This record gives sequence, C-alpha cells and structure tokens, in this order.
Amino acid sequence: MSIYILTDFGSTYTKMMAVDVDKGEIIAFSKSFTTIETDVTEGYNNALAGIKSQLGDFVPAVFLACSSAAGGLKIVSSGLVPDLTAKASRLAAASAGGKVVKTYSYELTEFEMEEITAINPDIVLLSGGIDGGNKKVLLQNAETIAKTEGDFFVIVAGNRSGAMEARKILEGGGKRVIVCENVMPTFGKLNIDPTKVAIRDLFIENIVSAKGLDKVAGMMDMEIIPTPLAVYEACELLSKGCEGEKGLGELMAYDLGGATCDVYSMADGLPKSGAFISGIQEPFAKRTVEGDIGMRYSLHALYDLICEEGGLGDFDQGDVADWLDICKSNPDVLPQGEYSKYAQIDSSFAGWAIRLSAARHVGYVERIFTPSGEVFSQEGKDLTRVEYIIGSGGAVINAPDPKMILQEASYSPRDLNALKPQNPKILLDKENALAAMGLLARRHPDIALRIMKNSFTEIE
Amino acid sequence: MEGQDKVTLVIGVIGADVHAVGNKILNYTFTKAGFNVVNLGVMVSQTEFVEAAVEADADVIMVSSLYGHGEIDVKGLREKCDEAGLNNILLYVGGNIVVGKQNFEEVEKRFLAMGINRAYPPGTDPQTAIKHLAEDLKK
Repeated sequence: MSIYILTDFGSTYTKMMAVDVDKGEIIAFSKSFTTIETDVTEGYNNALAGIKSQLGDFVPAVFLACSSAAGGLKIVSSGLVPDLTAKASRLAAASAGGKVVKTYSYELTEFEMEEITAINPDIVLLSGGIDGGNKKVLLQNAETIAKTEGDFFVIVAGNRSGAMEARKILEGGGKRVIVCENVMPTFGKLNIDPTKVAIRDLFIENIVSAKGLDKVAGMMDMEIIPTPLAVYEACELLSKGCEGEKGLGELMAYDLGGATCDVYSMADGLPKSGAFISGIQEPFAKRTVEGDIGMRYSLHALYDLICEEGGLGDFDQGDVADWLDICKSNPDVLPQGEYSKYAQIDSSFAGWAIRLSAARHVGYVERIFTPSGEVFSQEGKDLTRVEYIIGSGGAVINAPDPKMILQEASYSPRDLNALKPQNPKILLDKENALAAMGLLARRHPDIALRIMKNSFTEIE
Repeated sequence: MEGQDKVTLVIGVIGADVHAVGNKILNYTFTKAGFNVVNLGVMVSQTEFVEAAVEADADVIMVSSLYGHGEIDVKGLREKCDEAGLNNILLYVGGNIVVGKQNFEEVEKRFLAMGINRAYPPGTDPQTAIKHLAEDLKK
C-alpha cells in the first residue's frame, strides 16, 4: 500500500488528506488549528495524529504540502496603463497563486507608498511599458519603491530597456530584486509565465522560511507551494487531462473562503461568431482573486459591495447586522446550532460573493451599431460555452443549497452582456480536495484526475 | 536592441469603422519603411489609441477613417493626449474623413483646429505621410 499525505496549511486550519495511490482513493481526512505563530509542526503533528488514529499502523510513502498560512503570498502589482501592463501584472501575480492585495497604475504616489508599507507584501511586482516603449514610469516607480519601507522582494518585469537600471535603483534602496521578461513585451500580447515561475521560486526558496514554515518544509518530499497554485494546477489538469485519462474540457472553478474568493477559468474564451476583441487577449488558464469578497474576514467589504447593488433587502436588517458582528468577532463561526437562524443570510452572502466575483472574471460583449450594420465588440473571455462549474470552499460545500449559490456563476438575462457559462453542469468539490489533488498531480496526475472526476458530484 | 532608436507609430482605424484593408497596407508600408509600428487594427476607440501610445512611448498616432465619421470620431483626441501626458505627440488623420464631397482645404482647416498635425484626403500615397514624418519629427 502506497500512501500520500497531502497537507494544506491554511490561515486557520491545517487540513490533511491521506490518499492510497494504488487504489486511487482518499482514505482519511484530518484537520487541526494552524500553529504558525508558535511552532507550525505542532498543528501539523496534531493533524497527522488524526490521520494515524483512522488508519492504524501505516507507512506513508510521500509527504506533500501547500500553504496559504500567515497571510498567504501577498503581492502588490503595478504597471503603467490600468487595462494594459497593470492588468498584465495582476494576471501574472494571480496565476502564480498570489493574493494580489492591490494593483497600481501610472506613477506611484507618496500616499501609495505608505499604503504598500501598510500592506506589508511579500513581493512587489513592478512592470510598465512594452519593450522599446515607455520606461520613464518603470524607473520612476523603481525610485519610489526603493524608498518604500518594508522587507519585500521586488520582481521587475517591465520594459526590458529599463529593467537593469530599475534593478540598480532598487538595490541601491536595499531591496532584493529579480529581473524577469516583460509581462507585455509587445502591445496587447501577454507574457506572464516567466513572472509566474519567478514568483513560485521566490516562494519556495525564501518566503516559506520567512513565514515560519521551514521546519515542516524539511519534512516534505517536495517543495511547499502556495495553495492557490496547487488549486490552479488541479483545475488545469481537470480541464486538459493527462496521458491515459481525459479531462473535462472547458471549466470554471470558484473557491470561496473566509478572506478571498478565487475564480479560475480554463477556457480559450475566444469570441463566438464575429465579435471583435478589444483590449488584451486573456490566457487560457486565468485566475482572479478578490480580496474584498470573502465570507468572514472580508464579509464587511462584501456587505458594502452588496449594498451598492441594492441586495439583501429580503432579510431583517437587524439580523444581517447581527450576523456581520458575529462573523467579525468569531471568524470560525458556522451558521449552525444556536446560529442556524442566520443560515439563509449566510447563503445569500455566498451567492452574492459568487455573483460579484464572476462579474469581475468573465468578459463582456457590447453591441455597436455602425453604418455597415450591427457589430459586436468583446472585452475579456467569452465563457458562455464552458461546460462545468466547480464549487469549492467551506461556505459553498457546507451550504444547505449549494446549487442556489453556484447558479450565480451562470448566465442570467439580468446581466445580458456578461459572458458567463450558459448551460453549465454544476459540480461540488464536497471533500474540498482541489488543493490536495493539485499536490498529488505533481507525482501522479492520472490518479489525481481520476479522484477528482469520481469525487466531484453533479448537483441537480 | 530593436525598437530603441526607431520612431514608434500607433496606427488604427477609429470609431465603429471596420475597413481593414487600408490598415493592413499602412502597417506593411510603415514597417517596411523602418518604423516601429503598433497596429491596433479596426474599431479602435480614442482611449485605446491614447493608452497604446502611452505604453509604447509613441512619437505619432496615425488615425484612419473610411466611413465618413472621422470628424466626430477624432474630436477631443488632442485633449485626451494632453491629459495623458502625451504632450507633443504628432497626430495624423487620413482616409474618407468626412461625409460627402467637401472642399478639402476647408476640411483640413477644421482638423488642424482640433489639434491634428496632418490631415489627408482620400487616395493619399503613404509615401506622402512618410515624407511629412521626416519633416515633422525633425522639428
């Protein structure tokens, strides 16, 4: 029997899963509080003891782990024009599994400098200008970042003619700098993979130990990677398949957590008949992360967004306010037992979270009347033909009616121009296995894929 | 490195205009003439022209218009450039830029008054613009 122990160090819980790779089955689960402030191995050992108590004597073969503990991989990204290099830098940071706290454009101001210090990021991603284009803003922002207080890495991925000079400026300010290829070397063309790799390597080589994970890192058989990167890789595998096992084709996944809502789309997103693409063409594998949409730590921010849209009017406003307070003082709370009267409210929040983060991920089409007739212009990805939506994260999988929540991710006549999936099948990751399967896929993609296909159930 | 010492042009067909052939010819001709060309294709908004010029640090924006609505489509472009910090960028406009057959001298006057540096009537040889570029960029 060959057993893999897959661990996800989360901000609150250390979640563990044991997989028997010979049988291709998940055989045990366990979780314990993450103890990163003191000694992370404590929580890890507690979780492992939980697995051992279920399996009895066993000899685990391989240990793999990912982490979003201690604030996750916090990244601030910057570029020149919001819809061009700033967007490209945000996409690059998100695809590497970063929690992109803020994206800046144009010249950074003193106020923004202070904001960056307050965010206390792990990495600042500096871009701007296509190759041969504007380099003034890259150099100016390098000057500003060099003077910004904080112990963070800087990745320079902007106009290559300014990159080395930017590096010198930053190093002069005592920053540790990595220079990468431009995130947008020619106009409208994305080149985010080199930056993605650089962020991943930084995480593995430096940030893991800075976050107090080095002790457990030594106990693993492969490097610890950011949890969203593991989820991203699981989604990509589930869509594309691997040798000997077919994938599901085009899909989207929603991971709704306490602090963020992560959205993944694995689809080419090209226009249906005849629409023109305006703006940059987005990648097949896209991740967005919404830091102001979450079910506990970000619930107040989510509430503000919902109010702007005029939502939650069906509920007693006193109850809504109470639930906001309860979640604030106790982020681990579930709408069960004494709190069960808030279950409907919590579900409604979750539905809005999905709806709002979908709106920020999918593309839009606009109908334009011209002298030569009607034409369509598309911005972002057309996801109308996506066949599967996968729901993950506690607030979705534990809800009484997850379908109602996840339906907010599909096309609705209420929002005609948003290119959401039209008739998707909705699957539920009820074991919360996405991250663990992303880890397992690093050694056994075929088995990880089969487990996902078997355990993700369609909800009618 | 390529692109460093070359003159950068941003070209495209403005507004709701889908005429793609002339745009391809201009792209070919200007690239062959040694310019660094950022081609935005057809149906390009003013904002897209300006944003591309900012990222590319362009020297010139060359606007094509074939469907007769060039005047209203181009109106305000100079002001947008000023706002975006593209202070001395050259703006050229060419094609069937107004409706019907009008006296081109009058048309040109109106375009120059909008802050456009050069306006061209239908059938202008791209070499004319190339010649003007050499003159205007020296200034």
